Amino acid sequence: MAAEDNKNQQALATDEEILTYVDHLIAECREKPGIVIPLLQITQKKYGYLPEPALRKISHELHIPYSEVAGIVGFYAYFSIQAKGKNVVRVCQGTACHVLGGNEVFAAVKKELKIDVGETTPDGQFSLAVGRCFGACGMAPVIMVNGEMIQQVKPSQIKRILRKYKK
Amino acid sequence: MNTFTVSKLQSVSELIQLRSRLLNEEEQAGLARKERILICMGGGCLASGARKLKDEFHKQLHHAHLHNSVEVKGIGCPGPCSHGPVVIIDSDKTLYQNVSPGDISEIIEQHIQNRQIVERLIFRDNTDGKSASSIADIEFFKRQTKIVLHNCGTVDPLSINDYISHNGYAALSKVLCGMTPETVIREIEKSGLRGRGGAGFPTSLKWSLASKSSSSQKYIICNADEGDPGAYMNRSELEGDPHSIIEGMAIGAFAIGANEGFVYVRAEYLLAVERLQNAINQTKEYGLLGDNILGSGFSFNLEIRMGSGAFVCGEETALIASIEGKRGEPRPRPPFPVQRGLWGKPTVINNVETFVNVPVILLNGGDRFASYGTQKSKGTKVFALAGSVRHSGLVEVPIGTTLRELIYNIGGGTVNDRPFKAALIGGSSGGCIPKEHLDVPLDYESLNELGAIMGSGGLIIIDETSCMVDVARFFFEFVTEESCGKCTPCRVGTKRILEILLRICDGEGKPGDIEKLIHLGEEIKRTSLCGLGQSAPNFVLSAIRYFRNEFEAHITRHCEAGVCFREKKFNDLEIQHSASTKD
Repeated sequence: MAAEDNKNQQALATDEEILTYVDHLIAECREKPGIVIPLLQITQKKYGYLPEPALRKISHELHIPYSEVAGIVGFYAYFSIQAKGKNVVRVCQGTACHVLGGNEVFAAVKKELKIDVGETTPDGQFSLAVGRCFGACGMAPVIMVNGEMIQQVKPSQIKRILRKYKK
Repeated sequence: MNTFTVSKLQSVSELIQLRSRLLNEEEQAGLARKERILICMGGGCLASGARKLKDEFHKQLHHAHLHNSVEVKGIGCPGPCSHGPVVIIDSDKTLYQNVSPGDISEIIEQHIQNRQIVERLIFRDNTDGKSASSIADIEFFKRQTKIVLHNCGTVDPLSINDYISHNGYAALSKVLCGMTPETVIREIEKSGLRGRGGAGFPTSLKWSLASKSSSSQKYIICNADEGDPGAYMNRSELEGDPHSIIEGMAIGAFAIGANEGFVYVRAEYLLAVERLQNAINQTKEYGLLGDNILGSGFSFNLEIRMGSGAFVCGEETALIASIEGKRGEPRPRPPFPVQRGLWGKPTVINNVETFVNVPVILLNGGDRFASYGTQKSKGTKVFALAGSVRHSGLVEVPIGTTLRELIYNIGGGTVNDRPFKAALIGGSSGGCIPKEHLDVPLDYESLNELGAIMGSGGLIIIDETSCMVDVARFFFEFVTEESCGKCTPCRVGTKRILEILLRICDGEGKPGDIEKLIHLGEEIKRTSLCGLGQSAPNFVLSAIRYFRNEFEAHITRHCEAGVCFREKKFNDLEIQHSASTKD
């Protein structure tokens, strides 16, 4: 993946930059048992997803077969091997949200962004995901945009809420 | 708040000295202080603007030249989340709800300066139409018993000094100076504490099994992978009182002979992780974690590990696999983690709430703790009350309190007084309690008799606008998605049940479907590998037990609540939605 003049800043990193970054990370904690998952978490936080060169590097340096690293990445819902949009919208599908109209909110978000779960808008602005309970049940229904919680959301407010994040 | 810095505490007497210094300073500050404004810094209130509110209070107090005599203090969640942001005026314990920056000048002028309550912002109980301003008079607070949450709403979760001046780390120092692992475990045994993660296994028994193991390396783990959709007790405990968890874990580690521990927190809880990490850093700085704690020779190190979005990791063997850096798949038990756990070593795993109870028990004695609750289940339980209930939020009551008390007297009844339909307890692994059982005491045994479980404390109230078949489908979508796929009954069985439920919800149910659901459900329970699969069908079986008529009605294409036959409903909604957003 060469550096492209992409609007999506998370995709700006070159392979070389990614490898340097991961190298630096591993140097600090190579000996720690069970460190592979925290490493993946930090890498994903940095780039918004897990670039393949990073996974190969982690596999090589920690002496864990690549298939095993890929197995870990595939198992946990939080890991993604695809670049995400600038803004990640997560709609809560927990029980409290469900009984208080979470589905209607979900439908409104899908309609507004014109994408389904796991997809990114063509302009690279938004990705859509669902969450199973953000633990804000007292203020249901909730959505989360880039980690920021928005509570007691009504379907009619979605357009306005999302507009704020579009840059 | 406090002006001096602290170097590593070398002994118990240094901790005691520090506490008295802090209390002294607090007393001095109290004399000079006219008032203290407490602002909830829990996740819920923060998301509705509490931080901005706090800054604005500071600014306006400064402006009114009151900043030297009025203190603004952040606190952990006091409970009524649906009314956030909440502000408490400390001297008379007046609670203001839904406070916005625009209300601040009125609160300062009217209440702080002229001692008159701002009526329009006080909490409305709704149980008898009356409103009360003080926490001491509000039913929502008055009827609770706070042991686990006793620091939430008083102590600043960001300050170790504040925790220490509220008797923090007093239990740990008591344990380290003069108690043995055996006497600690005996005290826990006397208290009758049972695991608060859901299963209710006696904590003392788990600890004593690990303690007796001769292995030189043992681990203690705090399970904060609170995954049940609709439950957030642990989140609030982590955010509101992180030091109690650390203290409880350190005591547990001492009792079983472990010197390393992990807190496994789910990925969604960013604020909780931040607060806990802050607390761990402070504790290390004070020498209350690390090597040779308070000169006792006991060493304990604690680390946070974050989950990555897998519900099954709340199951203890899956959680261990995840910390080891593997896919979070469960394995058969025995061997149990206390025999062979993390990296093959004896490991004790307890829930957040279990650990928070520990310092209180050690400090006040097991007998006192055992005076709360029922004969078989001691102490209190925290519930996350949500759904169709007026005051949703975090509540703590003695075990054995009735469901009716919780919903109507504490929770203020259902939203808009709509007829109560059921309480969903214990999440997807739990069950539902219909209105004829509103008087059931909430304890492990009584709930089991009704086909439900205590669970970790998620309690969602639904009224007659919700459809039981739809809720069952909702829970099943969840467990099907979260099944890790390792064993066939869970992987395939849940999928088959979901297909039947989806069919029923789409109006294509067939006679015999209900019997098929029951048969499949029983088989999955009997044959699955881990707790997730063994409890996955619980909710649907419980829904059929109490609301079979609704399932039957759906098969003849009738949904009493008007929720199902979704295609039509969604089309209607889209039309409504586009009409409402046109302007």
